[in-house]
Amino acid sequence: MTTSRPAIVLCLAAVAGLALYPLFASDFGVDLTTKILIYAILALSLELLVGQTGLVCFGQAAFFGIAAYATVRFSPEYAAAAVWWLLPAAVAAAALFALLMGALSLRTRGVYFIMVTLAFSQMAYYVIHDTPVGGGTDGIYLNVLPSVPIGPTQLLDLGDPLQFYYVALGAVVACFGLLALVLRSRFGRALAGMRANEQRMRATGFPTYPYQLAAFVLSGAIAGVAGFLFAVKDGFVNPELLSWHLSGAALVMIILGGLGHLRGAVLGAFALSLLEELFQSRELVGGFADHWHLGLGASIIACVAFLPRGLIGLPQMLRARPGGDSR
Amino acid sequence: MDLATFLVQCLNSIQFGLLLFLVASGLTLIFGIMGIINLAHGSFYMIGAYMAYGLAPVVAGSVGGGFFTTLAFGLLLSVVVGYLLEWAFFSYLYDREHLQQVLMTYGLILVFDELRSIVVGDDVHGVAPPAWLAGSIPLGELMSYPVYRLFISAVCIALAIGMYFVFTRTRLGMMIRAGSSNREMVQSLGIDIKILYRFVFAAGVALAALAGMIAAPVSSVYPGMGDQVLIICFVVVVIGGIGSVRGALLAALLIGAVDTFGKVLLPGAAGVLIYVLMAAILLWKPAGLFRAG
Repeated sequence: MTTSRPAIVLCLAAVAGLALYPLFASDFGVDLTTKILIYAILALSLELLVGQTGLVCFGQAAFFGIAAYATVRFSPEYAAAAVWWLLPAAVAAAALFALLMGALSLRTRGVYFIMVTLAFSQMAYYVIHDTPVGGGTDGIYLNVLPSVPIGPTQLLDLGDPLQFYYVALGAVVACFGLLALVLRSRFGRALAGMRANEQRMRATGFPTYPYQLAAFVLSGAIAGVAGFLFAVKDGFVNPELLSWHLSGAALVMIILGGLGHLRGAVLGAFALSLLEELFQSRELVGGFADHWHLGLGASIIACVAFLPRGLIGLPQMLRARPGGDSR
Repeated sequence: MDLATFLVQCLNSIQFGLLLFLVASGLTLIFGIMGIINLAHGSFYMIGAYMAYGLAPVVAGSVGGGFFTTLAFGLLLSVVVGYLLEWAFFSYLYDREHLQQVLMTYGLILVFDELRSIVVGDDVHGVAPPAWLAGSIPLGELMSYPVYRLFISAVCIALAIGMYFVFTRTRLGMMIRAGSSNREMVQSLGIDIKILYRFVFAAGVALAALAGMIAAPVSSVYPGMGDQVLIICFVVVVIGGIGSVRGALLAALLIGAVDTFGKVLLPGAAGVLIYVLMAAILLWKPAGLFRAG
């Protein structure tokens, strides 16, 4: 992994900007950005699989949704659960499902892998949707938000939008940092090797299966963190959190941002969500807002046509041909 | 379940399976031969159904004629649309990574959905089958079976046989099969593979649109119908083995049976059954039932 100095400076500036953002923003802006930050964690978890390991998973929403449902189901009905055990429990539920799904799906490759992961996530969707475990189509409420106790005092109030914003921001930074460290380790290098040439890695003596399975479980756990935050943010979960639409949106985010970079995932989460908001806002686009899918779809197509390496490749492209169209 | 119910469900499952095959065969062609993952394929099915609804008054007003004239115009229109789409969008995707294709076709889904909403609105519509197919055949004392559903099955079977014939017995089919195994070689033999593929793509679009048009009287016409059929068709294509039309037929009938009988016998678990089936088959045969040849 070679990250250039300007890129690091840019990342730090982005974090600083996001940390200062609530000073100027409206309540709506803070709420929207919190949601985007949670999606950014989901996108990061998928980037580990797709961009770094070369495994295209089309079922990321299952981990997200399972952790969100676990958060609600594990919470006592009339009392606050301590985050210290609730978060690990929700993440463990997602990771456990990832272990099961990965252990079986990794037998297949390519498009077949995409479809098997979709199949497993659809199974999870229907179990939540159709059985008493999930509380049906309408979803269930989280009656009491989890608490963050340190001894007798409360460290944070997760119901306060501003405090929760910083929790989400901290979570993004922590997940980003964790993944950056993992990718620099021997383990991360092995994953990159498998993405480039799995046969050769096996010939070099790396058992590819356990490495890929470990990446799968780690990815599921990080998606679980995002699911936990989502459940706490809204205090409500419904089966749509597990639907393939969300898995697809997460894929779109990381491709839009630029595969192969953790920054790309975060960038893509912001780009997709902001594009959605842009085309939905009545002030900016007028009556066209009723047909916002059209603008969003056209922008995505334009991105594929003009930005083959995603948004992250934009500066490089501009530098390569200042003005002229060479290719 | 008595015999008449069982018989009706059998016919239903075959009809549903054959209809799935019609959509999935277009998908597996574009996927297996041209190497394009086309998420927008479900949209073509949706567009077809809306054409059956929206074109009917236009066609009746301008040239006269009923359901079948509409069908003919719809088919012609979808071939033209398919041809233009390949020229404008898909022809740039052959050298790109699969994920770029996924992104682009995802964008196309959004565009098609919204265009449909602008042109015909978001309402659910019914389409009447032609009068001479509107009756039903009595089965036993209480049950009966609509003639129109038999007609759907007959059309699908005829098309399946036609496709088999074109692929295995004609020069055109030979060129298409050759193109799927080595593009450059076919081109150097003097065949314009670009134009050939453009027509294969148009045929795939037409198959999906035709399926939508003939399904419209049975399933009614509604905005989300494309999404629903898309995922099931990917399941069919993958179970059958990517690029294998024979596999798609078998898988479509299998999925049709599992889905139809699942809804009758295990209503609580109907949604999950086809995915359990797919996972089981892929774990048993990681490249589908029939490897594309």
